[in-house]
Amino acid sequence: MRFQLTDEQRAVRAALRQLLDRRFDREALRAAVEASALDRALWRELGAAGFFALRLPEAEGGVGLGLPEAVLAFEEAGRALLPGPLVATHLAAGEVPGAADGSVVVAAVDGGGVAEWLTEADVVRGDASGAVPLRSVDPLTPLHRVPGARGAADPVAVLLTAAEQLGTAVRVCELAAQHARTREQFGRPIGAFQAVQQLCARTLVRVEVARAAVYAAAVTADPVDIAAARLLADEAAVRGARDCLQVHGGMGFTWEAEVHLHLKRAWVRTQRAGGTTESEELLACDLVAGTG
Amino acid sequence: MDLTYTPEEEDFRARLREWLRGVLPSLPPKPSPDDWPGRRTYDLGWQRMLYDAGYGDVHWGSSPTLRLIFLEETEKAGAPYVGANFVGLLHAGPTIAAEGTEEQRARWLPPILRGEQVWCQGFSEPDAGSDLAALRTRAWRDGDDYVVSGSKIWTSHAEVADWCELLVRTDPDAPKHRGISWLAMPMDTPGITVRPLRTLAGSAEFAEVFLDEVRVPVANRVGDENDGWRVTMVTLSFERGTAFVGEVVACRRVLVELAREARKNGRWDDPVLRRRLGRLNAEFRALWRLTQWNVSEAEASGGVPGVGGSVFKLRYSHARQDLYDTAADVLGPDALDLDRPWVLDRLSSLSYTIAAGTSQIQHTIVAERILGLPRGR
Repeated sequence: MRFQLTDEQRAVRAALRQLLDRRFDREALRAAVEASALDRALWRELGAAGFFALRLPEAEGGVGLGLPEAVLAFEEAGRALLPGPLVATHLAAGEVPGAADGSVVVAAVDGGGVAEWLTEADVVRGDASGAVPLRSVDPLTPLHRVPGARGAADPVAVLLTAAEQLGTAVRVCELAAQHARTREQFGRPIGAFQAVQQLCARTLVRVEVARAAVYAAAVTADPVDIAAARLLADEAAVRGARDCLQVHGGMGFTWEAEVHLHLKRAWVRTQRAGGTTESEELLACDLVAGTG
Repeated sequence: MDLTYTPEEEDFRARLREWLRGVLPSLPPKPSPDDWPGRRTYDLGWQRMLYDAGYGDVHWGSSPTLRLIFLEETEKAGAPYVGANFVGLLHAGPTIAAEGTEEQRARWLPPILRGEQVWCQGFSEPDAGSDLAALRTRAWRDGDDYVVSGSKIWTSHAEVADWCELLVRTDPDAPKHRGISWLAMPMDTPGITVRPLRTLAGSAEFAEVFLDEVRVPVANRVGDENDGWRVTMVTLSFERGTAFVGEVVACRRVLVELAREARKNGRWDDPVLRRRLGRLNAEFRALWRLTQWNVSEAEASGGVPGVGGSVFKLRYSHARQDLYDTAADVLGPDALDLDRPWVLDRLSSLSYTIAAGTSQIQHTIVAERILGLPRGR
């Protein structure tokens, strides 16, 4: 057993972080909030870097890597708050022409509820009939309400969403600690106060528990492990963003600080693939099935 | 990232399983919790069996991964845990192995491994709990002896221990972390009084120990004089490392039993309770994965557990309390009956967020050492 990142996995993560630092920095994030369109040039660059074709076999023009590497890539995307139907396009690689190299943007409808990026996408998979646009709580994710019953969730979609949530959790933990180290009140950094330390420490604990669950699920690809990863990653992202906002005080409540964008995106992701209820029920049934 | 074990590790697991299948039926019946001499005999007997089979030093002599497999398999098989050997195997032993002289190792380690001697821990004091370095038990040099006076508290197994790993203040004028020494004190020395403390669960799990001019040879000091704090930190990192592996395995089994009980008594039809059990399944699966992650990290760094132990301990202690609170929800009014399963476990779970460093202290450790926040007050 060697449940740690390999050198190759570290390299995959570092390469994507570098690309996103360069192409999607804070200014680009600001611009994306104001513009409604998806950055197609960035999408093609992600394609060229292998983001969508990561798990396609090399014989089919893919990178030939597995779920663990995909999870690391999606963690980075989540950390950078990268907008767009990333999971849907990644899952369409090899099935929808142009998805793998980023020349085509693919959205998906996974049953009733809400669907992301329907208007912007070149291809929509699933039944989008009767879709009605709504005023999205997340300025970086256009949403439609879709009628009908929810179908069974694709476990890989659930796992990659959990990886994005993990990335958000990591980022808000960094932002909270950074702010707590530098913001001064009563003549010292607020991070010297135990009440603030506790908020930050709890955020870090949730990150590490979620990380272990998400990475393990990527290795086993077991649907029950994936459901567990999803619950813990949702918790780490949503509660982490809330606590980060709290640590930022009044600034955390502003449009200008980036904290609210992380929280809103985390909320959007909790609605994907059947919501948390489906995962909780799956984990409960697993106890009765006896594999525990 | 790899969760599969090597052929050597799987071989270790298979041989251990077979051995456990062979010996467990021949174990004597478990003594009652209040029968201290009986518990001592039982726990030492189990350690002797492990020693004879070549597993005596698994807690600090083998790789973290083999230790993980050992703890996982013994728990799954329903074998006893360390019991009265806890301090010897998980605190004092590792400390002596890491910091003791060759002579000290030869003197104290074999009797621990062979299941002949029980150790207890004299660290906390009535006025030195979370602030352990504020301890006041004094030791004066008198010839080849230290003369020790003071009192210790929360000392498990003190009634039946042969030795006590003792922290004493040898320099009252130095800054508090720099005036402490680590001594091995024989428990039959004149001047020691042990007074059992009854816990809220009703049993006498630990004791107060009063020391009145107890003479401890200077040769029993591990590490340099006044270097006891550093020596102690080695011990504490072991305590927060793999100490809870068996318990996580046990909690996962309890969860399956809870689901079975809920199906039987109809509570399973309550979706709120059912989903709470589902969440606990996620929680303990994740804690198991975090254990594997920490063990792999320790393996890569040469076997020393890192601050990851604090992260684990924080989450686990709260999850354990949540597990037994949920058990009470499954039981309904039966949760008030001490003879029902899980009711005593619910009571004892209350100590988990306090013992071995309170959650509040663990938060401070995480905030300062992992997140780099400034030192608090």
